[in-house]
Amino acid sequence: MNIHEYQAKEIFRKYDVPVPRGQLALSVEEAVEAARALGGDVWVVKAQIHAGGRGLGGGVKLAKSIEEVREHASAILGMTLVTHQTGPEGKLVQKIYIEEGADIKDELYLGVVLDRAKEMPVIMASTEGGMEIEKVAEETPEKIVKVAVDPAIGFQGFHGRELVFGLGITDKAEQRKFIDFASKLYRLYLENDAELIEINPLIKTGSGDFLALDGKMGFDDSALYRHPDIEAMRDISEEDPDEREAGKYNLSYVALDGEIGCMVNGAGLAMGTMDTINYMGGTPANFLDVGGTANAETVAKGFEIILKNPKVKAIFVNIFGGIVRCDRIANGILEATKMVDVNVPVVVRLDGTNAAEAAEILKNANISNVISASDLADGAKKAVAAAKGEL
Amino acid sequence: MSILVNSETKVIVQGFTGKEGTFHAEQCLAYGTKIVGGVTPNKGGQEHLGKPVFNTVKEAVASTGATVSMIFVPPAFVADAVMEAADAGIELAVIITEGAPVRDMQAAKAYAVKHGMMTIGPNCPGIITAEECKIGIMPGNIFKKGNVGLISKSGTLTYEGANQVCNEGFGITTAVGIGGDPIIGLSYKQLLPMFEADPETEAIVMIGEIGGDLEIQAAEFIKQNITKPVVAFIAGQTAPKGKRMGHAGAIVSGSAGTAKEKMDALEKAGVKVVVSPAEIGKAVKEVLSK
Repeated sequence: MNIHEYQAKEIFRKYDVPVPRGQLALSVEEAVEAARALGGDVWVVKAQIHAGGRGLGGGVKLAKSIEEVREHASAILGMTLVTHQTGPEGKLVQKIYIEEGADIKDELYLGVVLDRAKEMPVIMASTEGGMEIEKVAEETPEKIVKVAVDPAIGFQGFHGRELVFGLGITDKAEQRKFIDFASKLYRLYLENDAELIEINPLIKTGSGDFLALDGKMGFDDSALYRHPDIEAMRDISEEDPDEREAGKYNLSYVALDGEIGCMVNGAGLAMGTMDTINYMGGTPANFLDVGGTANAETVAKGFEIILKNPKVKAIFVNIFGGIVRCDRIANGILEATKMVDVNVPVVVRLDGTNAAEAAEILKNANISNVISASDLADGAKKAVAAAKGEL
Repeated sequence: MSILVNSETKVIVQGFTGKEGTFHAEQCLAYGTKIVGGVTPNKGGQEHLGKPVFNTVKEAVASTGATVSMIFVPPAFVADAVMEAADAGIELAVIITEGAPVRDMQAAKAYAVKHGMMTIGPNCPGIITAEECKIGIMPGNIFKKGNVGLISKSGTLTYEGANQVCNEGFGITTAVGIGGDPIIGLSYKQLLPMFEADPETEAIVMIGEIGGDLEIQAAEFIKQNITKPVVAFIAGQTAPKGKRMGHAGAIVSGSAGTAKEKMDALEKAGVKVVVSPAEIGKAVKEVLSK
């Protein structure tokens, strides 16, 4: 689960990680009030969406008067912001964050993420703040300092020294401030079961203080049960409605661009099915894992979600029964065709536990648009042909 | 022969009397697995599926001599269960549970390693030595005894791969589902040398997916150490970047962890890489008839 910048900064504040003062606004009037309450003579108006690259897309603007705050707020609120992370359709801006202006001397990068190879969180820091970190990693990897910190010992002095010397911070007061910043960030990463924290940029002010000018956080979904405060930060308007609907039924769904809807048990086989369709000259319309609890209701829901996509010309149901018994899936498919108007050909491949019973059930049902397949290759081939109208 | 488990392996079940634990322990017993008991706190002294129930893993090990534990406890309690098993001297914990927090598994695995306990999973189908011992949730009937070892991050692709291998007239020595979480126990790099050393295994199938770099590590290891033919499939060639594909660990972050880079690395290591899981059986036949 991801949260907004203003929410990440709330968490930062709780841990005394320095951030500029700011306020959330849902309307132009609230934005103006927020700017007045903050005082000063420079403000930043920032679109709150779950995507990076907001500045380049016109979602972050500097205001030097209350009038400018009003202008920028009315331009940004309600705009559809397109960045390299939103996709071409962009995202509607419904919330803005008004922040006091900062005296920027240097821009750095600081993040914490799980290092899967080392099996512990790694703190990443760079002097190249404000740039896309993936780009820095590709072009000038020597400019990224990585320090893995074993949770069993926690953030030690040497971790901090590796960071500041790696970044070339020589002033002792600045070293102390940066180490303090990083150690607090590490602690909040662990204590909140974060999956990712990114501060880009982290700035050094004219007076040598470090401030989180931006804040991005993602969390381990499996651990949300023990963080009700974070779960409460969920913004459902930022989530794909179909993925969300699927999740309610324990289905895992990701929309793609193609024409063949896929319903598969198991994430690996679901990806393998997409790959096979592609290999056979077709295009997958989605990833859909019906998981281990598939029944008539979940299968019907799967059909419903797949068929919402008008591009779908055929559906490939590919089930290798393990925990999910094939006869149960077969009955589910039949019932689902009664619950949902399935108006495209459905190629069904059922294998594994109770496959013979399942084949019998499907055959006896005698439904015209249900085509049975003998194995994965046969099923993919038939689905590709069906989508082209050749079956 | 086989790796890790066989008809002699004594197994206990943590989360024995729960719904999942009961259902699958029953299936494992029917397959012939030597399940010698189980653990459910406050149910010690009872009998379940004809086997004794213990309050703690320590008691279960002392009384039964079990060396392997199959874990079905709910996600919030997985780390506790794994550490209890390590502390009690269990040699291998097979963690079936899906949805354990990453931070918990990080700590549990570090503790297991410290105590010399191997782990498989979490979020995996388990391990099976064909026609001898099934510790997990896979449909046992598709695994015919044979000469091919199998390692897979995905449950259903394990079944798909094994089924194809058997349909080509070969069979399986041992199949290990290692799971698709960001932090897992035994991986390709630890399992490949076991299959290399197993005299009955003549070829190895490895099934990977997008996310992380375990397959890249495996490729480097194969180049240096593995002489038996390896067939590989990497799921997710058509997966979009930045989207989590079902498994917690199946995500391409930035430009790292793509199917293509893994397939290229494996190919360079001399592995027979197939572009569709439908080709696994045929590829095994090809490498074994060389």
